[in-house]
Amino acid sequence: MNPIAGMGGRVGLKGTDGWETVEKAIKLGAKPWASERAKRMLRELTPLREEILILTYPGEMGENAAREAGFRVELVGTIEGERSTAEDTKRAAREMLKRNAVLLLFVGGDGTARDIYDAIDLSIPVIGVPAGVKMYSAVFSTGPERAGQLALKYLRGEIRDVEEREVMDIDEEKFRQGIFAVRLYGYLKVPYHRRYVVGGKSPTSATERMNQEAIAVDILENMEKDTYYLIGPGTTAKMILKKLGCDYTLLGVDIIYNGKLVAKDANEREILRTIRGKRAKIVVSPLGGQGYLLGRGNQQISGEVLKEAGGKKSIIIVATQNKILALHGKPLLVDTNDREMDELLSGWYPVVIGYHERMMYRVAPG
Amino acid sequence: MGVVRLRKNFHQAKWDEPIIFEMSREGERGILVPSVDAEIERVAGDALSTIPENMRRKEKPNLPEVAQVRVLRHYLRLSQQTLGVDVNIDIGQGTCTMKYSPKINEMLVRSPKVTELHPYQPEETVQGALEIIYRLDHMLRALSGFSRFVFQPGGGSHALYTMASIIYKYHQVKGNDHKDEIITTLLSHPSDAATAKLKGFKVIDIPPDPETGLPDMEAFEAAVSERTAGMIICNPEDTEIFNPRIKEMTSLVHEVGGICAYDQANANGLLGYVRAIDLGFDLGFYNLHKTFSSPHGCGGPGLGAVGATKELESFLPVPVVDYDSSQDRYYLNYELPNTIGKVREFYGVFPVVQRAYSWLMSLGDEGVREVARIAILNNNYVMSRILKEVRGADISFPKTRYRVGQVRYSFKKLADETGVTVEDVIRRMTDFGFHLWTSHHPWIVPEPFTIEPTESYSKEDLDEYIEGLKTIAQEAYENPDKVKNAPYNGVIHRIEDMSFFEDPARWAPTWRVYLRKHRGEGVRK
Repeated sequence: MNPIAGMGGRVGLKGTDGWETVEKAIKLGAKPWASERAKRMLRELTPLREEILILTYPGEMGENAAREAGFRVELVGTIEGERSTAEDTKRAAREMLKRNAVLLLFVGGDGTARDIYDAIDLSIPVIGVPAGVKMYSAVFSTGPERAGQLALKYLRGEIRDVEEREVMDIDEEKFRQGIFAVRLYGYLKVPYHRRYVVGGKSPTSATERMNQEAIAVDILENMEKDTYYLIGPGTTAKMILKKLGCDYTLLGVDIIYNGKLVAKDANEREILRTIRGKRAKIVVSPLGGQGYLLGRGNQQISGEVLKEAGGKKSIIIVATQNKILALHGKPLLVDTNDREMDELLSGWYPVVIGYHERMMYRVAPG
Repeated sequence: MGVVRLRKNFHQAKWDEPIIFEMSREGERGILVPSVDAEIERVAGDALSTIPENMRRKEKPNLPEVAQVRVLRHYLRLSQQTLGVDVNIDIGQGTCTMKYSPKINEMLVRSPKVTELHPYQPEETVQGALEIIYRLDHMLRALSGFSRFVFQPGGGSHALYTMASIIYKYHQVKGNDHKDEIITTLLSHPSDAATAKLKGFKVIDIPPDPETGLPDMEAFEAAVSERTAGMIICNPEDTEIFNPRIKEMTSLVHEVGGICAYDQANANGLLGYVRAIDLGFDLGFYNLHKTFSSPHGCGGPGLGAVGATKELESFLPVPVVDYDSSQDRYYLNYELPNTIGKVREFYGVFPVVQRAYSWLMSLGDEGVREVARIAILNNNYVMSRILKEVRGADISFPKTRYRVGQVRYSFKKLADETGVTVEDVIRRMTDFGFHLWTSHHPWIVPEPFTIEPTESYSKEDLDEYIEGLKTIAQEAYENPDKVKNAPYNGVIHRIEDMSFFEDPARWAPTWRVYLRKHRGEGVRK
């Protein structure tokens, strides 16, 4: 548990990373709420109270909430210094992994998600209990109870599917100065319940990965000759490069031309240099939990790049149906830092959601 | 309102009934056939010798050897473990139209006049059966406005695949090579998309407008193009809000030269009031199981009757049944110039045709309309009571609209307020002998359940079912754990390991496969 998660937001600060911000938040009247949210999540796990052992950190980092909820607790370390820090979170996560934890539940926001990602990567499944100010990452449940219910089902073996979901965060220093820069930091494994997310037209055993492969095959089948394809960040888009047998960067923009990789992890300038005056297509997928298509985690694909490639008609959106349906009808968002361009990109797109399958979906300015 | 009594202390029947093969004992017989009379044997000679050596089986078939009375007990016992329309108020399996199939129609189908028919009989000896097919075709023409129906597809998805094949062939004949897209909606039946895809089309889904619950018209307009080969949709969709803009949709598709196919699997609330042709459809199908009195899918053989306009009639599968008035003779017509060919052996599932025919004949024109009126009335009665009286129940799309034959409800409010999910409610319903179903993927409506009352349940039946939902919702607010830990009278509490569903390596659809996969044996020793 990140005990201070969310405190900044409730008093109008843009995050709660670092104790200076916390002090500022407390002065403004913020109260910790992470513990309450942890208990709400744990209440859902009551049916398994006798069977599970909770590995946690002392006091406010989880022990108090777990004990109050009536669980058996084993402490896996101590908080260094007076107050817990991001380092404690990482140490705790690593220690839990070492002690064979089967599922990691954390309470926090994007900052905490990054710490967990740094510590355990894709080793064990994770469920985020939302409590932070910023939650661009896709690893959070919609609420504490949902997180608890999901955990219960996973621990009971009623759910066995996990999928890789984005860990995203902004640079808080820049953010407080009003400059946006959301980055895709990596992926965590999250259990998912098909009832929320099963493929509508294929309510069978198709896994997220199989869907991604189907999408990639569709894109490859329709790829035009002598055209530069910018492949945006994320596992869905990168499956195309994987299928091609190309090297790639998961978190960056790679460029292919006639089936060959011509630029890896290209920045805006490299992209512009490569595609200027040429035919280009841009393959992007929404990143994170809020449905951002452009401008969060893929800023390299700037307004200028989009202009050069030919705007709306150059964009190919790929997304698994799970991802689209999880948006509950909210539009995909674009924020290229160029309002006019955002307006031009808005409208309906046939999103490639499977092999030979598209879903019409609305894109709107973020 | 009379007093409604829930079936308390209901208990599910369940035990480990052996499989009929496991009951087999070598040499045990159901019927003892007397040995042949010496005189007959002398005259007939060795009957087997007329069968060529290479066509004779080398070993006896591995059939169970069980005495008659043991077979009878076995199947009666199995029947006690079933759940269906005849033992339960089966309105909780919305989208499936689980209505009562009158037994008179069943009796007619079990008549030897039907059971003793053979598909290889010469036409002149099956004139009665052909006449029934012919007459049912004309009845469905009247209901839909189409020019002709065929009765060969063995179910709804088969009918959809037949329609996708007709669209494909139509564009092939017209030389429309560029037309490779089929439009459907997210809330139409999944098979509308699946069958089109199987036929090689690219499928475009239209999501619902979150405000109206109807297909988003802007999205639809953006999807229609020169590449549109056609549209395959339901109307109403799963939400059962009748789409008032359906004719705009069919017109848009026609403008680009596409074909409009109507999935009318759930036609109960439309019978006699809505004709496919008036909405601009070129093709359409009815499920004769479900709507027209045959038991549904797994409860018996199905039949998806496909109809077409005059323009597309020649593409239907063959044979169709025609009448030659000069000879007063019904005959099988294979001469459709553009036919997609055969989609099934012989002429379809005749007993299902017979049941549908009997059902329509017993109702008559006005009776059919009454079916639709009562189905709609029942549905809107249930909706009104659920929304008023079942705590935590809601619908996602506008409550102001009446629904046709069913309603997709949501227990999201219940889940948010009590932690009790729709899956918990479903388990608790079994304690009262009810069935509530959950497969409404994708969950566009959160915590969904669908009630489809049809015309065949009485007000008392509906009240009893609503009472079950009310009781459980109340329990959820007062004692959520009681619902979460349900069922108490079911014999399987929860299926913990569902992995076998997803592992074809472990599936055993036949006894032979079971022996091979799970016992490591071949069938023959």
